[in-house]
Amino acid sequence: MPRHRNRGGSILLGIFAALVFFFLLLPLLVVFPISLSSAAYLQFPPPGFSWQWYQRYLDDPGWIEATIRSLQVAALCTVLAMGLGVPLAFFLNRSRLPGIRVLDRLTAAPIIVPTIILSIALYGVFARLQLIGEWYGVAIAHTILALPFVVILVGAGLRSFDAAQEQAAAGLGAAWPWIIWRVTLPQLRPSLVSAAFLSFVSSFDELVLAMFLSGASMTLPKKMFDNILMEIDPTIAAVSVLQILLVAVALGLTSLFGRGALTTTITR
Amino acid sequence: MQLSVTGIIRRFGPVAALGGVDLDVAEGEFLTILGPSGSGKTTLLKAIAGFEIPDEGAVRLGGQDVTLAPPRSREVGMVFQNYALFPHMSVAQNIAFPLEMRRRPRAEVRERVAEALRLVELDSFGDRLPRQLSGGQQQRVALARAIVFNPRLLLLDEPFGALDRKLRESLQLEVRRLQRRLKLTTLFITHDQEEALIMSDRIAVMDKGRIQQIGLPGELYARPASRFVADFLGESNLLEGRARNGVAELAGFGAVPLPPAQPDGKVTLLLRPEALRIGASTAALPCRAEAVVLDTVFLGQSAKLRLQLDGGTEMLARLPLRPSDPPPPPEGSRVALGFAPEDLHVVPQG
Repeated sequence: MPRHRNRGGSILLGIFAALVFFFLLLPLLVVFPISLSSAAYLQFPPPGFSWQWYQRYLDDPGWIEATIRSLQVAALCTVLAMGLGVPLAFFLNRSRLPGIRVLDRLTAAPIIVPTIILSIALYGVFARLQLIGEWYGVAIAHTILALPFVVILVGAGLRSFDAAQEQAAAGLGAAWPWIIWRVTLPQLRPSLVSAAFLSFVSSFDELVLAMFLSGASMTLPKKMFDNILMEIDPTIAAVSVLQILLVAVALGLTSLFGRGALTTTITR
Repeated sequence: MQLSVTGIIRRFGPVAALGGVDLDVAEGEFLTILGPSGSGKTTLLKAIAGFEIPDEGAVRLGGQDVTLAPPRSREVGMVFQNYALFPHMSVAQNIAFPLEMRRRPRAEVRERVAEALRLVELDSFGDRLPRQLSGGQQQRVALARAIVFNPRLLLLDEPFGALDRKLRESLQLEVRRLQRRLKLTTLFITHDQEEALIMSDRIAVMDKGRIQQIGLPGELYARPASRFVADFLGESNLLEGRARNGVAELAGFGAVPLPPAQPDGKVTLLLRPEALRIGASTAALPCRAEAVVLDTVFLGQSAKLRLQLDGGTEMLARLPLRPSDPPPPPEGSRVALGFAPEDLHVVPQG
């Protein structure tokens, strides 16, 4: 008979994990059935099955427009956050300047400052720059929120990277752009993919900044919010499910291209 | 290619990691820098590889001044302590890296990588990732990567430190054979004196940021130029005494004749443990004493004895043992000691 140490403990832990998973997935378990409801209002459990709310979403150019705009905003936000954040993470990791540790902590500031405060401040600046109502204005604002993810994740990746490898590459005849491209970045791939994913999702999901800055050109979360204020019907559930599916696809791509991304980068 | 280092100084704040180092390595020579940790040997290596710019002095490779040249233009192959293999590249890609950086044509790269793999006897391992190899195999990949581009100089930074003893010994000999065959000018860094003796054409002993002595391994072992070198290289008995008229008075042994032209005053004498003899065979020796055995360590081909002379001085002796020899004297027994005065070396003062 195989021997098990502390069997009761592992069963308890399994039950605990199952409960936490249930808690995590509960919203999905409600939203998904409602989106397929035959009723004209939010009702759980739904009285019957129908695709009508998905149909309504697809038929409404307002929803489609908002979806495309949100994808654009999230894509630009990701590009900006990576373009600015990765070099910043390198600087914070490599610099010998006094006080660099403090600077490193400061990069988390956008997470600490309440988004509503940030929104009000940015509204003032963006109004002057005439960026209100422009989709790229929202993307720029989202970049501020996404940057800490990038700096923290890439910074963690860099800390576990063996700098002797860059010396080795230099000694073998590589110039520094090649060293970064061929030796350093490939090994940071899990961190980079995680950072890009979180940047994308944080923007795609963001409501507060979008409410202040998007004006008439609404992002998807803003459109959903307005929709709830005006008419409560299960379209919102259908949109949510589609949004969840999109994020799930992004998550799938993340684990496909960033072996160990999101799970190993922070804990390493 | 010939390496010449002159007057290198490197300060870190108030501390001089290198306090004026001069060193010449001849073409095809295997020279070892031997020193304890903190002696400056790694800083010296970095200055030669280009990872560290010295405050003063010059590094010349084949007559060309490379003191300020970036590492990538030095054409120096280096094997790092932890190998620094690129974990995301296969063995073959690792070895191809320096050739690709030199924009060699693809066919040539393939051919030279195969040749390098053959050289380190890893022919069939090209497609593996470094983490799929053992420590010794990784070490050989690092070596292949460092020599595949025909470097002007090979630097080895304690490359055997992480390996177990048997593997280390076989790799030491392998590296040495390879180095001779390719006639590679090689600078080897280690803190392991045994390794230095096994591998080197010449050894430079380093301490406190300076080279204390440089010479043939046998020369350094037999005639160390300072207490530090005598102590660091091999095991030693250092005996203090006073010289007068070519004779030194040593506690326990009495008057011991010194080499000619030895001035009067304080002297430090080195006697290697294997030069100290024990038992009946000492009767014919001119310098004799009696001692108690403090402990005996059996080492297989020899035994190491710690002895205490009647005056209190402790000494080490190493007895060669053949299978037919009687066992070495046990702890607590009294034994006769002796040595021949020509086995003594006067260690210069200072």
